[in-house]
Amino acid sequence: MEMSFSPEQLAFRDEVRSWLASNIPPHIKAKAEMDAYFEHHEVMEWHKVLHAKGWVAPHWPKQFGGPGLDATCRFILTEELELAGTPFLSPFGLVMVGPLIMQFGTEAQKARYLPKIVSGDEVWCQGYSEPNSGSDLASLALRAEDDGQGNFILNGQKTWTTYAQHAAWIFLLARTDASAKKQAGISFILCPMDAPGVSVRPTLTTGGTPAFCDTFFENVVVPKENLVGPQNGGWTLAKALLGHERTLIAAVGASTRAIGRVKRIARATRVGDGALLDDPVFRAKIARLEVKLEALRMTNYRALAGAQGGHAPGPESSILKIRGSEINQQCFELAMEVMGHDSLEWFNEPGTVPAIEQWVPSSFNYTRATTIYGGSNEIQRNIIAKLILGLPSL
Amino acid sequence: MDFELSADQKMIVETAASFVKKELPLERMRRMREDATGWSRDVWKQMGELGWLGIMHPDTVGGFGGSFVDAALILERLGVNLVGEPFAASAVVGAMAVRTGSAEQAERWLAPMIAGETSLALAWAERGGRFDAHRVATRAEKVGGGYRLRGEKVWVLNGHAADQLVVSARTGGAEGDREGVSLFVVDGDAPGVTCATVKTMDGQRAARITLDCVVDADRRLGDEGQATAELERVLDHGAAAAIAEGYGAMRASLDMTVEYLKTREQFGVKIGVFQALQHRAVDMFVETELAKSAMLMSAIKVASPDPVDRMRAVSVAKAQLAMSARYVSQQSIQLHGGVGVTDEHDIGLYFKRLHVLGTLYGDEEFHLARFASLPTFERA
Repeated sequence: MEMSFSPEQLAFRDEVRSWLASNIPPHIKAKAEMDAYFEHHEVMEWHKVLHAKGWVAPHWPKQFGGPGLDATCRFILTEELELAGTPFLSPFGLVMVGPLIMQFGTEAQKARYLPKIVSGDEVWCQGYSEPNSGSDLASLALRAEDDGQGNFILNGQKTWTTYAQHAAWIFLLARTDASAKKQAGISFILCPMDAPGVSVRPTLTTGGTPAFCDTFFENVVVPKENLVGPQNGGWTLAKALLGHERTLIAAVGASTRAIGRVKRIARATRVGDGALLDDPVFRAKIARLEVKLEALRMTNYRALAGAQGGHAPGPESSILKIRGSEINQQCFELAMEVMGHDSLEWFNEPGTVPAIEQWVPSSFNYTRATTIYGGSNEIQRNIIAKLILGLPSL
Repeated sequence: MDFELSADQKMIVETAASFVKKELPLERMRRMREDATGWSRDVWKQMGELGWLGIMHPDTVGGFGGSFVDAALILERLGVNLVGEPFAASAVVGAMAVRTGSAEQAERWLAPMIAGETSLALAWAERGGRFDAHRVATRAEKVGGGYRLRGEKVWVLNGHAADQLVVSARTGGAEGDREGVSLFVVDGDAPGVTCATVKTMDGQRAARITLDCVVDADRRLGDEGQATAELERVLDHGAAAAIAEGYGAMRASLDMTVEYLKTREQFGVKIGVFQALQHRAVDMFVETELAKSAMLMSAIKVASPDPVDRMRAVSVAKAQLAMSARYVSQQSIQLHGGVGVTDEHDIGLYFKRLHVLGTLYGDEEFHLARFASLPTFERA
């Protein structure tokens, strides 16, 4: 029983920290200080910097261009990046489709797709949700019909295809057998975004950022070699992601940063004769949230120790998404509360509110997504009720 | 980062689980509610023979050289069946208090306790003092070759049955000063020690103790007037023990409730099919897992030589335990419905015990405030 990092792991953490201290480009560092929204070109610029260092895909094995780190060092690297506030890299290639191609793809698919995910030469987006298929994902309607000449013909619409406007590829779940029962007729297909018949309509999030998109498919021809895994076996791939390591989903690093921001704003805010941070009522509020975050951090460590030991994610992993997303939202609620009138800010000229506060209102809005994406927290609860607590269904 | 139990620890868990299941079932706890002492000397002796009472103490004082984690594993199992034997009060808190003294003192008072022949208690809390270790009005005046102790201690866990009490008393300074607090060992049956047994909500017993007695100088533990920091360390062990026991009780309360959802029928179906109840049960599960994390953190860190590191971990964990315990115990009753509010049903016993454990050695408010007062809090 040991809850500290080993000397080797601490040495690795120092290495990451000192590398970060001198390798974040100044304009990215300036935005990181504010936890500002990063434009796509900035995200990709940071992707290239990390790629040059060999750290862009912490979770990938060495043979596919990963750094070959163990579970704990992967976690340390990722958390240090989060704590530094550097751009959050697009997860669709690195975290989602890449590992799925490694697990289910052919050798040819691995050779074709994986190197360009790591290098950042090809950016991916995710085609899962549809306007009428959210939590009930298996009801999806986008059709992929076999044209008898070695192609699928795609027709339909995907939504929440985050950053589709920047993507070279989309991985999507499509219905390849309309007669089969829901999950049984779905396939996992890769489609180039420049294929004729693909069109993208970007939409703003409530955070005022251009992250979301609708993506339309009209008689899009995709060769059948773009199928990953067996035809009509796509649901297995969709579920496989759930079995992957979940120590990152808790967003402990991001919430740690957010609480730090709350404290810094509160220290600079006067109430009565002193700082808001010294107000006992307010201090207790921060303390309560930080206690919850620390208990989550410890739960994350439990999950991490399990992963390091080579175990499948245990019960402790299942709570990380639920509690991590709730705490992340609460951090921004508290930041808004500290800001008082400044929390009314909405994309005004710099200087309207202190720089430290400038991006909080946008994040406060956008973080409402955290309890929804990746399977809403209600769906997570359904899963835990059934698979862990063994409660009956109707 | 490793939370696997060692082979020895797995053995401890196995032994503790089977002993508690066989010898200390919940029906016994119900019977012991009516017992004047609330626990049995025979069982205590058995715990001594099993090696439990010295498990976390070094062999230099007659212990078995284990860690607090080992004790926590036992406490967790005791919590499952709401066992009233004073493991936390005596083998953890009382013993840690005695260990603030010399090797001779440990030999004198710890060795018989470790064998299960005696039990200890720490008399620290006073009326109106809440949870601050240094809020001590009890005086210790130098007389002849010893001290005259005068004052009153309240909610002394195991104080009604202990062979020795470790008493905090002021050898200098004013009531709220950190300086001037000393610890003394007083025999429970010494002249001038008056003990009134009081009942606690969870069916256990504590004591209100009035002191007007003289003790020899060799019964003072540690340096005169310097006990506050050590006392805080002892009380943190009490908090960590309450967390471990609380986690065990909480898990049992969750399990009992989930089992009820799987068996109770209304509207012609098992009520566990209803999503409103499923999601409540999942939130209870989430809270229980967080409490487990907190338990592991405090069990490991309570032994930290760095007081800030120790206090931060214990305060986080105790506050989390209190929050989780409140949610799980309240919802356990809610999901049982009317039967959950009857004394006949066991679920209410867990509600009571979890309130007690959430409060002992500092409640949520105390530990949040302490957490926020540490230098680590300011480092944003």
